[in-house]
Amino acid sequence: MIYSYFPGCTLKNKAIDLDIYARRSAELLGITLEELPEWQCCGGVYPLAKDKIATKLSSVRALAASRDAGHDLVTLCSACHNVLKQVNNDMRTDEYIRSRANNYMAPDAEYNGEINVIHYLELLRDTVGFENIKKKVVKPFTGRKIGAYYGCLLLRPGKVMQMDDPENPKILEDFIRAIGGEPVIYAQRNECCGGYATVEDKAYAASRAGKVVDNAAACGADMLITACPLCLYNLNKSNAENKLPVVYFTELLAEALGLKEENDV
Amino acid sequence: MSENNICREDILRISGVDTRKCMRCGKCSATCPAYDEMEYHPHQFVNMVENGDIEALVESPSLFKCLSCFACIDRCPRQVEPAKLVEAVRSACIRRQGHNHLSADAIPAILDPDIPQQALVSAFRKYSE
Ligand code: SF4
Ligand code: SF4
Repeated sequence: MIYSYFPGCTLKNKAIDLDIYARRSAELLGITLEELPEWQCCGGVYPLAKDKIATKLSSVRALAASRDAGHDLVTLCSACHNVLKQVNNDMRTDEYIRSRANNYMAPDAEYNGEINVIHYLELLRDTVGFENIKKKVVKPFTGRKIGAYYGCLLLRPGKVMQMDDPENPKILEDFIRAIGGEPVIYAQRNECCGGYATVEDKAYAASRAGKVVDNAAACGADMLITACPLCLYNLNKSNAENKLPVVYFTELLAEALGLKEENDV
Repeated sequence: MSENNICREDILRISGVDTRKCMRCGKCSATCPAYDEMEYHPHQFVNMVENGDIEALVESPSLFKCLSCFACIDRCPRQVEPAKLVEAVRSACIRRQGHNHLSADAIPAILDPDIPQQALVSAFRKYSE
């Protein structure tokens, strides 16, 4: 199976682990990820203002390029996924945005939301299947209590993202079971980590992220997994005594599949 | 029209929100992770825009405390989507000449070398035009 792939700016830099382990695992699972040529940054946040068009165009370009390549588009970073999927929804359902974006870019073929934006986790669940992953695990996380941290962007707005039940998700918990671990359910798993507020107010973001880490620790988790570089950063910053290690879910996937080497990355 | 030349109709147009759908249940503010940091809470944005009380919102630091977490959007039982009002007032505020909340010049002094690129692009999208 071949998919177009949008890594995003952070996965080329601070979050290179998130990317490398995903690519390596995909190969073993029979998935080919073809990075889009010349993709541009998604902007990190979906523009909520109705009259914003220009800030959606980098996403529209990526979506149209994926359509032209003949593949659905796979994302990995929670923020890229949120932006691309919401913009794709606009291109399908909002005539005002669709006509203006197409008029501005004047592509050879208008883009009307023809492709699907698929998060890597959805690929694991719906295309590979967690049962098949389980069969390929060589180093299971037996006995490890792992807290899934969803944050905001994978799940909300629920009616657009449609990954899972936004108030009672289970895709990451099912992933944890597939790699042999024991998922820990805690209330803060789908509440905000403090997000971009950390840029100008570190204490504010740290207090928010601290609530997540404390809650997960109190519920018995001994580590947290996430798909978002900014969540990882905020959770780690608030976690000075290093109560809980926070890692990308793709790192655990690669490790379970026997694809992580000593001194990797 | 407020002293800032930003009127209720501008905010309704930019946000696409119908404030009349609100039934004043307060669920948006109860679920807001920025509640303690905000002077005006999400349900107050809805009320104040409805009443044309825009001036106070435009001047409020609350605009830059919202985390865009979509919790109030998903959990409002009436699909009012208060965060869209916060975004609309913030956009109207920073679109005025000289009102950017964050400038590139400020970054070196506050930059943490570990910070992911994603945080910076997001903050600039939210805090400046
Ligand atoms: S989107 Fe903003 S206003 Fe709404 S709940 Fe989140 S932080 Fe609060
Ligand atoms: S949750 Fe919705 S209906 Fe309730 S106060 Fe907030 S905006 Fe109004």
